[in-house]
Amino acid sequence: MLDADFFRRWMTATAALVDREAERLTALDSPIGDADHGTNLQRGFTAVTAALEEEKPDTPGAVLTLAGRRLISTVGGASGPLYGTLLRRTGKALGDAAEVSAEQLAEALRTGVDAVRTLGGAAPGDKTMIDALVPAVDALGDSFAAARDAADEGARATTPLQARKGRASYLGERSIGHQDPGATSSALVMAALAEAAGE
Amino acid sequence: MLINVPETVVADALRGMAAAHPELAVDVENRVIVRRDAPVAGKVALVSGGGSGHEPLHGGFVGPGMLSAACPGEVFTSPVPDQMVRAAAAVDSGAGVLFVVKNYTGDVLNFDMAAELAEDEGIQVAKVLVNDDVAVTDSLYTAGRRGTGATLFVEKIAGAAADEGRPLEQVEAIARRVNDNSRSFGVALSACTTPAKGSPTFDLPAGELELGIGIHGEPGRERRPMMTAGEIADAAVDAVLADLSPRNPVLVLVNGMGATPLLELYGFNAEVQRVLGERGVAVARTLVGNYVTSLDMAGASVTLCQIDEELLALWDAPVRTPGLRWGM
Repeated sequence: MLDADFFRRWMTATAALVDREAERLTALDSPIGDADHGTNLQRGFTAVTAALEEEKPDTPGAVLTLAGRRLISTVGGASGPLYGTLLRRTGKALGDAAEVSAEQLAEALRTGVDAVRTLGGAAPGDKTMIDALVPAVDALGDSFAAARDAADEGARATTPLQARKGRASYLGERSIGHQDPGATSSALVMAALAEAAGE
Repeated sequence: MLINVPETVVADALRGMAAAHPELAVDVENRVIVRRDAPVAGKVALVSGGGSGHEPLHGGFVGPGMLSAACPGEVFTSPVPDQMVRAAAAVDSGAGVLFVVKNYTGDVLNFDMAAELAEDEGIQVAKVLVNDDVAVTDSLYTAGRRGTGATLFVEKIAGAAADEGRPLEQVEAIARRVNDNSRSFGVALSACTTPAKGSPTFDLPAGELELGIGIHGEPGRERRPMMTAGEIADAAVDAVLADLSPRNPVLVLVNGMGATPLLELYGFNAEVQRVLGERGVAVARTLVGNYVTSLDMAGASVTLCQIDEELLALWDAPVRTPGLRWGM
């Protein structure tokens, strides 16, 4: 079973990974975006870690809801509302149980990803974070490591795609040949989840 | 770059703005710029905002006859809902608030969330989306056209309508009419450098230019060998006119992207006016300068807005802001 500590570790590990990869995310965002994806997520997850330490939420749902709210109020851009909604809606779906199973998390995460799809209007293949998140959620039934690998593969598979949502879509065909920064950061979030699970 | 550290550029600029403009209440911590005399009794308030790096847009357009408040985000990053709700609460007189939102995924999502939160607090909110950039194909398969130069027209004209005491639905309708009749096209002669990245956002060799750029340092639709001001004017005006066939006279904005000198902008404007003349488009008013910028990008955009007598009167109405001022 997964308790609040597990979810705190997930968020802390995400913050650490985003810190480590911030420059790469910003570099990916330069040719097809506006060169700030790493910086923005760094600011957001730093605020999330601080909020979790300060408010000490004590259920899995409360950890993710707080993290989501904090992302919405600190990140801005599209990633703030999108990642904020992902975590907040996943957290709400987990309810106020003190512990949840991996299956419950997989189901809740699917609710969160669906909310992101509704909010951003993106479908798989549009070259967005959805391209990493959907395969990850599908693989979560197997293991956390499988979800991490599926997200990574999904992110890498965005390279040949033409963007249809987000700022990269303004480039039309010129967005082809670049890995999507949002899908890449989503793969980091899933990698942090596997790390929290010790996989 | 003339900065201290990248992390504080927005806050530093707000402190400087507060010092230069005592007529504005600048909340540096919460990142909201408000007319000091707000709320103005009985009048609709206009709130806009967006990423920083486009100055004077939006903070420089706060004042009588234009915006009531502006929310600056990080550089090229939409502000967060908290800022917009705070701004709306500060300026609402009870007559309602119009959010002027440039069409970017981030701005739209954050303003949508803010509108919901503000309505929860009993503030009546209407929204108008600015999407004038013809360089982007407007289809289900893109994020839609970007909001660029027309934002200035919308904020000025709708601001004047609010100043006249018109009700929210009328101010909203006027803002929408301005946007619907406006189109823009931009070119870059150099990329821009964001403080956080410290190097140009894309690689544009000297002797080449990008056609169809936005205002966030993103590359355009097409790269070409350098063209003359006259050739660029032909390309930009024709791109706009391919999507707007004005029967009425137009407002013209020849807008610098930040690093192009006024000497060049006026020369470019001469070419823009030549092309408009050749295409039989009558010009009512022209504005030349750096208004909707992209940090230190070199280049310019052309925005045309087809107007009628009512919109022209509102355009000519007095305005007093740091970035735009006439008649008062």
